[in-house]
Amino acid sequence: MSHTFDEISQQLKRRHRKSARLKWVSMGALGLAGLFLVLFFADMLSKGLPAFQQAYINTEIRYSEEASRDGRQAFDEDLIPLISRTEVRVIPLQLRNNPELIGTSEQRWMLANSEVDQYLKGHRNRLSDQEKAEIEERVAAGQVDLRFNKTFFGSGDSKIAENAGILSAVVGTVMTMIVTLLIAFPIGVMTAIYLEEFAPDNRFTQAIEININNLAAIPSILFGLLGLAIFINFFGVPRSSPLAGGMTLALMTLPVIIISTRTALRSVPDSIRHAAFGVGCSRWQVVRDHVLPLAMPGIMTGSIIGLAQAMGETAPLIIVGMVAFIPDVGASFTNAATVMPAQIFTWSGEPEQAFVEKTAGGILVLLTILISLNAFAVVLRKKFERRW
Amino acid sequence: MQTNQLLLLFCTVLLLLGLAAYFIGRAKASRVRASGAAMYAQPDQYAWFAVLSTAGPAVLVGAVGSLLLLLLGAEIPPLYLFAASLVVAAAGLAVGVAQVKPQFHARQAIERVIRWILAGAALISIFTTFGILFSIISEALRFFQMHSFWEFITGTTWNPGASFLASAGRGDGSGAEFGSVPLFAGTFMITAIAMLVAVPVGLLSAIYMSEYAPARVRTVAKPVLEVLAGIPTVVYGFFAAITVAPIIVNIAGFFGLDASYNNAVAPGVVMGIMIIPFISSLSDDVINSVPDSMRQGSLALGMTKGETIRDVVIPAALPGIISASLLGMSRALGETMIVVMAAGMRPNLTANPLEDMTTVTVRIVAALTGDQEFESAETLSAFALGLVLFAVTLTLNLVSVLMIRRFREKYRVNNL
Repeated sequence: MSHTFDEISQQLKRRHRKSARLKWVSMGALGLAGLFLVLFFADMLSKGLPAFQQAYINTEIRYSEEASRDGRQAFDEDLIPLISRTEVRVIPLQLRNNPELIGTSEQRWMLANSEVDQYLKGHRNRLSDQEKAEIEERVAAGQVDLRFNKTFFGSGDSKIAENAGILSAVVGTVMTMIVTLLIAFPIGVMTAIYLEEFAPDNRFTQAIEININNLAAIPSILFGLLGLAIFINFFGVPRSSPLAGGMTLALMTLPVIIISTRTALRSVPDSIRHAAFGVGCSRWQVVRDHVLPLAMPGIMTGSIIGLAQAMGETAPLIIVGMVAFIPDVGASFTNAATVMPAQIFTWSGEPEQAFVEKTAGGILVLLTILISLNAFAVVLRKKFERRW
Repeated sequence: MQTNQLLLLFCTVLLLLGLAAYFIGRAKASRVRASGAAMYAQPDQYAWFAVLSTAGPAVLVGAVGSLLLLLLGAEIPPLYLFAASLVVAAAGLAVGVAQVKPQFHARQAIERVIRWILAGAALISIFTTFGILFSIISEALRFFQMHSFWEFITGTTWNPGASFLASAGRGDGSGAEFGSVPLFAGTFMITAIAMLVAVPVGLLSAIYMSEYAPARVRTVAKPVLEVLAGIPTVVYGFFAAITVAPIIVNIAGFFGLDASYNNAVAPGVVMGIMIIPFISSLSDDVINSVPDSMRQGSLALGMTKGETIRDVVIPAALPGIISASLLGMSRALGETMIVVMAAGMRPNLTANPLEDMTTVTVRIVAALTGDQEFESAETLSAFALGLVLFAVTLTLNLVSVLMIRRFREKYRVNNL
């Protein structure tokens, strides 16, 4: 069977078209992945940015005798459903501490109810038409406005949406990360030094290597089970504490630090080692004075990336109980605490509309920190990277 | 005295003894050297040896003692332990200082100790694995004493509700059923959806990056894809539950289908997005290390570029690509936050991905976050589920490592 030239050139065209198609399809796949990323960030920004603003009401507070018993007496009656309960609640307390205030009055911006806040941002809310009219009137008079949300960055968790903030979670994250870093960094670097510079190539070393690669791929929730069974139930570490969470995360971060440290150590050329041995250094002196300083930028980069990973981890921390409700900002390694991802998880479970915004706001804070950490790691690598 | 205070006191005293050891050792070594004797090591090295011999044994005694204390209950009062380790420290100080002699190799002794410390650090990772295995297996065994293994593996009803009553002293817990089939069905359904998204997109992206893209696009695209892997899973979970799930429900409604807000598609798709970089990154490396001679041979025979990729490059890279996919799959099986936030809580044995269903990891979290007794069957069931999860992911990881090793040996590439 033979084909004419025409048929063959037709066939060839088809084959080239097919070939071109693969290029476009694969380009499309990459584009699709990029599109996911863009959509994701656009969605988070649109949901989370409003959380950085909060509705405030400028009103007169009358510190009367009645107000020291019932905080609501200090405000206009039609404002009471619009002002945050937390503001009303503190007035009697304030008057008890400063009795000389009684009889005076004050004009001040008060935190508004989350329903008012959601209404001003155009979200679903439970305000009546009459209340909406009241707000519109005051907006026109400049007495109700969206202002920078100090509460969100300055206070701990709360069941009242407008009063909930992320600070206690940020402090908890810092405490937990301190524990994680203090444990994982030295042990990880020491392990990597041993495996790269000291260990003989025998069964034992190979077992450790396989084991480390496996640990890196074990689901994180299993580390939570380990933390619960060994650290909390066996060693009696306080549940929900940064100590328990930090130790659990340290074991998870260990493989990341070990693997990146080994890569950094391996990239130091042997000529450096030979020169140091040549002038009579012992093995430990070679490592301490020559190899380690040269590998340090790589080790730091890997550790920062590992730390960022641990910072975003939630599942093992839920298992060791770090989803506690923490209204007060306090720094202790053994008291109950929460971390940013856990706070995001808690808020995402709240039914109120206002908490959706809080959740997305918390996510933006977390993502900003993680992206800065990673960017810092990249800059560090770029700045100190050496080609031998 | 409180244990915390005792620990603090111990550390302080040890620090002071260590400082004393350093200065006494150094002073003595300097004196010996000043007297004209030739010494094997520097005064600093003798000083550090004294510090090590003071602190090392004492810390060891303290650690072993407290471990025994924990294991045996409080049979030795902490105060005795404290005193014992301080006596050891003092003895160590005396020995360390006595060893400051010209013919003693202080540097070699220190370096031997350092080597042991480094090897000890390397052992921690082994301990971690054994710790995970031990904690999971011991609790899972206790679970299997209450409920049969066979029932757990083959049962189709997961209903731990009644065991909660039993642990509260009401009822006998006989109504509780722990059949894990619906949980594994849900897990595999969501994993399958994730792989359906991640494998084509990841693989095609890898093909584009390694075979078509100009170097500039490649250097930008790779780190941008890595961002997808760096986003915390709790954030993906929120995205799946709040943004993707309603979209899925709307699309299903458009086709006249009834979808739950906790459907399996939303977490599956979002999980797939998360896994894309795991697959694309490793596949990209693998495709890049397929030798160019194979491409040249194929092009010389008149194959088009597309045919070369499809019929020569991909088949050669297949072990690596499968390895990447298995790693991605193990990641999907163990993923927790996305499913906890976006998938359902109800064990549901169904083939319809638009219904709500739950997964192994969701039930582990649910079992361990309630106000339950640790001894209850429901809490322990989390460890039984964890055991199965561990076994499955471990197998996938090992197979994946073996495949990539085969690829590496075949083409003699060292950078994978």
